[in-house]
Amino acid sequence: MYGGGYIFDEPNGKQLREEQLHDDPEKLVAFEERIARGEKIEPGDWMPAEYRRQLIRLIEQHAHSEIIGALPEGTWITRAPGFKRKLALIAKVQDEIGHGQLLYNAAETLGKSREAMINDLLSGKSKYSNVFNYPAKTWADVTVIGFLIDAAAIVNQVANAKGSYGPYCRALERICYEESFHLKQGHDAFIELATGTPEQKAMLQDALNRWWQPIMHFFGPPDKTSQHSEKLMQWKVKMASNDEMRNQFLDSYVPKIWELGLTLPDPALRKNPDTGRWEYTDPDWNEFFRVINGGGPCNAERLQVRKWAEEEGRWVRKALMNPTERRSLPVA
Amino acid sequence: MISNAALTDLIIKMADDELIQGHRNSEWTGLGPVMEEDIAFSSMAQDKIGHAWALYRILHENLGGEDPDRFAFMRPESAFKCSHLVEMPNGGYDFSLMRHFLFDHAETVRYESLQESSYEPFQQLSKKLKGELKYHTLHANAFILQLSNASEEGYARMQTALNDTIALAAGIFEPSAAHEETLITEKVYPGEKALYNRWLDRIYPVLVKASLNLPDMKTVAPVYGGRQGFHTTHLAPLLKEMGEVFNLDTEASW
Repeated sequence: MYGGGYIFDEPNGKQLREEQLHDDPEKLVAFEERIARGEKIEPGDWMPAEYRRQLIRLIEQHAHSEIIGALPEGTWITRAPGFKRKLALIAKVQDEIGHGQLLYNAAETLGKSREAMINDLLSGKSKYSNVFNYPAKTWADVTVIGFLIDAAAIVNQVANAKGSYGPYCRALERICYEESFHLKQGHDAFIELATGTPEQKAMLQDALNRWWQPIMHFFGPPDKTSQHSEKLMQWKVKMASNDEMRNQFLDSYVPKIWELGLTLPDPALRKNPDTGRWEYTDPDWNEFFRVINGGGPCNAERLQVRKWAEEEGRWVRKALMNPTERRSLPVA
Repeated sequence: MISNAALTDLIIKMADDELIQGHRNSEWTGLGPVMEEDIAFSSMAQDKIGHAWALYRILHENLGGEDPDRFAFMRPESAFKCSHLVEMPNGGYDFSLMRHFLFDHAETVRYESLQESSYEPFQQLSKKLKGELKYHTLHANAFILQLSNASEEGYARMQTALNDTIALAAGIFEPSAAHEETLITEKVYPGEKALYNRWLDRIYPVLVKASLNLPDMKTVAPVYGGRQGFHTTHLAPLLKEMGEVFNLDTEASW
């Protein structure tokens, strides 16, 4: 899964502006023409420095989201009810880690090592999707994540898979293929609760109420406030606007939720029959920025778990990097 | 006619080991020392839990046992027959890896022997699992060798882990006072003693290659009790966690 269309930029970081591009203008023109023709850019090809920087940021955040995203669901593997759910959930979370691996590999083709990316994650410099900074309190949360967060991620990833950078597109194609199975298992578990006992339904409704705002946040701030989107869209780094993807998601999934007799905690949510677009109450965007800057309910916990894994695993990684050194024992 | 009681006892022991070992492996998901190991442990967790499920199904379909979900998720601790080795918390990666190495070789010699079993469902199952187990032991061997040979720290950790797990692992082969003779006579399997010796033959060469010292097994007292329903303090909380959602409503479909 992935954290939507928002590419985080440090508050004091350089915003993408035309005048900051110091690239060879002729090469830049040729590069932009290639993209306009629908060609893929490959690792050895010339690319503007800013294109490289933005892609690293995008793919890296996507990779981090995969490995951090494994944590809220991962805590439910040991509690999943019954063999079928247990096996499906382990397989799913395992896939997410595998996606992280694929994406770190894709980002590495742009010149930043996996280690450097993970260090930036742990120091808080590099971000991941906000949605994983909320707790998964009950089993119903797992079904909401498995169905709706994965669905939202697919909207985003299908769009990005048509982007301009070859290695990222190829990783995404494989990821989307696996995600479609995740969505099925999430949907299946979600329906099981929606059509189950009154307690199961209540559990699901409660989870849905709590997750609705993070889901609305998922695709990032509204287009009217989003910065530096235009150049990124021309370069096919960003393939659809935040509002566009949000609308597409609402259009596909709100009817499915309503059909099951569930409600969503936004009385203004409706599809405008004249415009064909969804209308909704703006989620609290201050909360969105608060969480992305470390103030969410689980930010500290998530990073702490990752830090634990990094610290605990250091000796293993060191030993794996040391393939030739052989121990020799004294003869006597 | 093979005794149902003896078969049931053997199947429960094997299945409970797989379930609890799978549960422990699954706890590594998201926490491994490298992503590749995360994936490996999750993958083995699925296999182990899958083996348990297959064994509980044999019990259910052929021997009048309960529905596998209810049997796995609702049984009291004292009805479990897993060995103490699999109950132990994961500890560090060193402990988990050594346990994986010792357990998977034990599992492999057991399923190999079941290919010749007089009990047809065992024959079928063991043939099916052969391929999976091959990769589990390959993985364990490769990491034991690499970590032991690459650095002093790795070597020290592997040796300590071996010292900490060997008596527990020997406890996998706790014979059943009531059923062992029947199962051997009926050619269901060769018995725990024979499997134990085959297991030592398997692990010994790998340990030698890793320069690890296997303690004199005559001085190692195997940790028994699990097969009779006596468990470490670690099992009860594990089972409580495993059944937490399922037991909210055992009649509901999840």
